[in-house]
Amino acid sequence: MSTTTTTRRLTMAQAIAEATAQEMARDDRVFVMGEDVGKYGGIFSATTGLLDQFGPERVMDTPISETGFMGAALGAAAEGLRPISELMFVDFFGVCFDQIYNHIAKNHYMSGGACKYPLVITTGIGGGYNDAAQHSQCLYSIFAHVPGLKVVVPSNAYDAKGLMTTAIRDDNPVVFLYHKGIMGLSWMSYFEGSTNEVPEAQYTIPFGQARIVREGSDVTIVTLSQMVQKSVLAADQLAAEGISAEVLDLRTLVPLDRAAVLASVAKTGRLLVADEDYLSYGLSGEIAALVAENLDTLRLKAPVRRLAVPDVPIPFSRPLEQFAIPQVDNIVASVRGLMRFTLA
Amino acid sequence: MDATSEQLLWMYEKMIEIREYEETMVKVYLEGKLPPKIQKGLAFDIGAGPVPGEMHLAAGQEPVAVGVCAHLRRDDTVVGAHRPHHFAIAKDVDLNAMTAEMFGKVTGLGRGKGGHMHLFDPAVKFSCSGIVGAGAPQACGAALAAKKLGTDAVAIAFFGEGAANQGAFHEALNLAALWKLPVVFVVEDNKYGISVEKSASTAIASNADRAAAYGMPGVLVERNDALAVFEAAGAAVARARRGEGPTLIEVNTDRYFGHFQGDPETYRPKDEAKTLRQHDPIPALATLLRQRDLLDDEADAALRTRISARVQAAYDFGRNSPYPAPEDALLHVFAD
Repeated sequence: MSTTTTTRRLTMAQAIAEATAQEMARDDRVFVMGEDVGKYGGIFSATTGLLDQFGPERVMDTPISETGFMGAALGAAAEGLRPISELMFVDFFGVCFDQIYNHIAKNHYMSGGACKYPLVITTGIGGGYNDAAQHSQCLYSIFAHVPGLKVVVPSNAYDAKGLMTTAIRDDNPVVFLYHKGIMGLSWMSYFEGSTNEVPEAQYTIPFGQARIVREGSDVTIVTLSQMVQKSVLAADQLAAEGISAEVLDLRTLVPLDRAAVLASVAKTGRLLVADEDYLSYGLSGEIAALVAENLDTLRLKAPVRRLAVPDVPIPFSRPLEQFAIPQVDNIVASVRGLMRFTLA
Repeated sequence: MDATSEQLLWMYEKMIEIREYEETMVKVYLEGKLPPKIQKGLAFDIGAGPVPGEMHLAAGQEPVAVGVCAHLRRDDTVVGAHRPHHFAIAKDVDLNAMTAEMFGKVTGLGRGKGGHMHLFDPAVKFSCSGIVGAGAPQACGAALAAKKLGTDAVAIAFFGEGAANQGAFHEALNLAALWKLPVVFVVEDNKYGISVEKSASTAIASNADRAAAYGMPGVLVERNDALAVFEAAGAAVARARRGEGPTLIEVNTDRYFGHFQGDPETYRPKDEAKTLRQHDPIPALATLLRQRDLLDDEADAALRTRISARVQAAYDFGRNSPYPAPEDALLHVFAD
């Protein structure tokens, strides 16, 4: 392989589409199905260009029948194909969750390992653009809660391409959740950090490896998805105040890189979990519990802090939504709060 | 399409095998579940005995399974429902491994992780699900795969009449017709969704009529008769193999036992099963075979002895197989 790799700046949407296209070219078994994935190119542009390149046999628009096509994805995967099944908004999964949590997640286990279901479910998550309670949730913790699903939540284009390639090649069901506010869409403001240099050539990023986005020594911010970009902005502000924040991007929830979390918290002694999902019974509690279970080896300088949606549906009105979803200022304030502690 | 002698005999043999399997299960299932072997005060203990958990038996419904599966090849896919034994046996699922699964043994199809509602045998492309209606979209996926791979394999979704009121059923029918998938939907109308009669759950008398809404043929098989099912399924499977799309078949069938073993069956007349058994499809097919000189007393006895040995061997295999190690519960969440 050449040591000089061509890279371009891509949006996360372009990176996901490119990973899919390259894998479809490499492997005839891969195909895309879902709502508006064809001519439209995906409501959030994750399949743009695929129809032109591969035709309607391999890029299939489905009816708005989520149970029907999620079940069909499972049935096709059981026969050895490798479907990528897109369902627009994560908020819509209620209508087809039986296929996902009772079948896609469990059939491999219930078959004692005899059957494999290599499929990728893609969907858009997140708020911040006034789409209200039924179009703005993250809900990744629900998928991570059910055993048998791998859960990928990328924060930038480079990671998205490598993780998507890994997802398609995985022999297990993978749920790939992209935040609408970092896809680089031309019709929604987005965070600059998510559009970055992406190699043209194919590459994979292993699941279960968190990435230190920014090194720091005073506090660890464990985060993911769009909240990574917010945390980096917060870390810049904090640096100006002399506070050194380490930002850890989990990248995948299942598998979870527990070692990376523990190593960073061991170094800084302070933990903030910055999450755009609901506060209770979710990711932030999971990370806090991980640290609590390791207090025999960790020494904390401050109690664990969690920043997440405060157990309310995502409201519509701008001031309400901006209040409910953690913002850069909230991250800054939370870290400042943590710095007031210096527990022995 | 006329059944060949071979097909008639195959259906007869499979129906006897299914019946013997289910009737054996009635006895084995009760082992260890009744007083005085269980906790004081209980009348029945569902989690006790060598075959624990729920048990849904299909005695009486054999014609649906054999009439359809007589047309199938090993590479055709069958997705069954929570009452799956007749389909599994008719699809030639490994009987020993299937039985061991119900005993929760490591030699079972799912190494003891699935149980009787979750049987997976990829060698013959059989699976089933405990969720009502869930298999219909999955059969569409198998049919889609056959189409994409350019084979003439077909997929069958079997489910009860209760499932025809599920959204999954209607979504699957639309998808199958829209994409002209080689799939056959087979509704087993055994008249009850657990306790609720079809007339109290379904707005129309025959689910076959619902096919018209999706632009596919709908066929009602009015008699619980293997040959009648065979004829309807033959046309549907051939149509699917020719690439002409899906068919919906509903079969009026009879459930001789309760919804599950232990069902008090307070919702139906006490002697209903006895009445239903007066139209037992197995002797009916035997009469036809005898009329065609395909069966006599001697052949029938030999066949029944052979089947009994096979069924008994499967139960022995299940009973005598080892349990998985408890910590095997942690394996197979993900494929390597």
